[in-house]
Amino acid sequence: MAIFDKFQPLTDVHEQLKSVGQSPSALQFDEIISPTEAVLNGRRTILLGTNNYLGLTFDDASIDKGIAALREQGTGTTGSRIANGSYGGHKELERELAEFYGMRDAILYSTGYMANLGAIGTLAGRGDYLLIDADSHASIHDACKLSDAQVIRFRHNDPVNLAKKLERLAGKPGEKLIVIESIYSMLGDTSPLKEMIAVKNKYGASLLIDEAHSLGVMGATGRGLCELAGVEKDIEFVTGTFSKSIGTIGGFLISNVPGLDIVRLASRPYMFTASLPPSVVATARQALSRVPGATELRTKLWDNATQLYAGLKNAGFDLGPQVSPIVAIRMQDPQKAVALWNGLLEAGVYTNLALPPATPSGWFLLRSSISAAHSSQQIALAVELCTRIGRELGLIPCPLTQGASVEMMNIATKKKPSEEPLETVKDDAVVQA
Amino acid sequence: MWVAGENAMTETTGKACDMLNDPIYLEIVSQLRPHADKSVNITPNAIILSDLGMDSLAIMDFVFDLEDALDLTIPEHRISEVKSISDLVDVVYKLQKEA
Repeated sequence: MAIFDKFQPLTDVHEQLKSVGQSPSALQFDEIISPTEAVLNGRRTILLGTNNYLGLTFDDASIDKGIAALREQGTGTTGSRIANGSYGGHKELERELAEFYGMRDAILYSTGYMANLGAIGTLAGRGDYLLIDADSHASIHDACKLSDAQVIRFRHNDPVNLAKKLERLAGKPGEKLIVIESIYSMLGDTSPLKEMIAVKNKYGASLLIDEAHSLGVMGATGRGLCELAGVEKDIEFVTGTFSKSIGTIGGFLISNVPGLDIVRLASRPYMFTASLPPSVVATARQALSRVPGATELRTKLWDNATQLYAGLKNAGFDLGPQVSPIVAIRMQDPQKAVALWNGLLEAGVYTNLALPPATPSGWFLLRSSISAAHSSQQIALAVELCTRIGRELGLIPCPLTQGASVEMMNIATKKKPSEEPLETVKDDAVVQA
Repeated sequence: MWVAGENAMTETTGKACDMLNDPIYLEIVSQLRPHADKSVNITPNAIILSDLGMDSLAIMDFVFDLEDALDLTIPEHRISEVKSISDLVDVVYKLQKEA
């Protein structure tokens, strides 16, 4: 049908992926066994790409709270809080979030994506300026489309470039809101937060940080990068999600700026979406209550991250710039990236395949996210399989002679005679992350 | 506005000016070269996305380089107005006038 013709480039990429193996967007798990294992195509598979950082998706207390809320309050709220009113749990969770972050107010959203849409798209309006990092998540770019503010990009993690942009705006009326992320979701690199804040303060701007990947993961009590860097008092706005370390779904905006409550009446993603169901609120509250004391889980998570990063680095893979619960293998060759992802899947390890332009600098990424629930044996097996397949594909050096390496690569190629060269991926992203 | 064509003139600056000798055009071409497909001929009418072998990431990097070279900021909505190099020349002149 003609209305779908504009998606032909996406269809082409999808078909190419299917022709050489599994399609990342069409995977269907037969069974979820635990936070780190599932059954896929009849095979037990290690989950190494689900952002389940603290491994709380099967936490008994969270499940019990969710079941109790389902029985007591039903399956859903059937509307937005503006139209249908709030449940007690919504207000309690907002109070607990504000208390957890040591900030004045919190607003719940129905997903993390919508929290960014609702916060960024509303806080900066006509006549204002949004200054966003070049590697921002899609939710931030989409929020910019929702806002009437002028949008200015600065180079990724570059406070000097940000300062130049703010300097050129000096004296112009309008609020300047800088938007950054604590951990960037593709490579796992962190923001140079202190330097960013110094620039922000110098030019009288405000700062919103998305702590989606750092909640529960960084800081002594799990409040994220702001806590770790000791700069919480310098942050105007924080957004985050319950869909990673908290193990459920939902998002939030937190602030110390007086008067945040009015955002509820101006934020369309808050006003025109059904609110979180009581069972989700109950599981989120239970999981959030565990975060401050989850020191052992954080230690295990970072031990696992270090083990995976070091193992892959030692094998010769090109990785993101720092150890992080997100570990990404960077590749130039789309065929090899797809082959590595498929090879791991066939061997029983699920990761994420991320393709340009959703990736920094046009890399093809095999993205892993680590959980505190992973055993060191699971991480070791993932490293071993990755190394073996990476060698077969010629992605990393083989410990044998160079000639043997070339021969192994040829063997690997012969295994999949049907593989056709992937064309350069165009502007629409195919990303599983 | 720029008129398409290699001998296009500008009204923005109020001066008749051959685009091929225009300093902004020349700076844009200079900043484009590292990002564009080496085999393509860069002309004022070249469509940046389709004619120069550049994807959205390459365009973003090029814009950063151009901003540094010209010491100005090109907001997102202005970038979305641009198709050809001559469009970009026009946007730069407008931004310089507004600064």
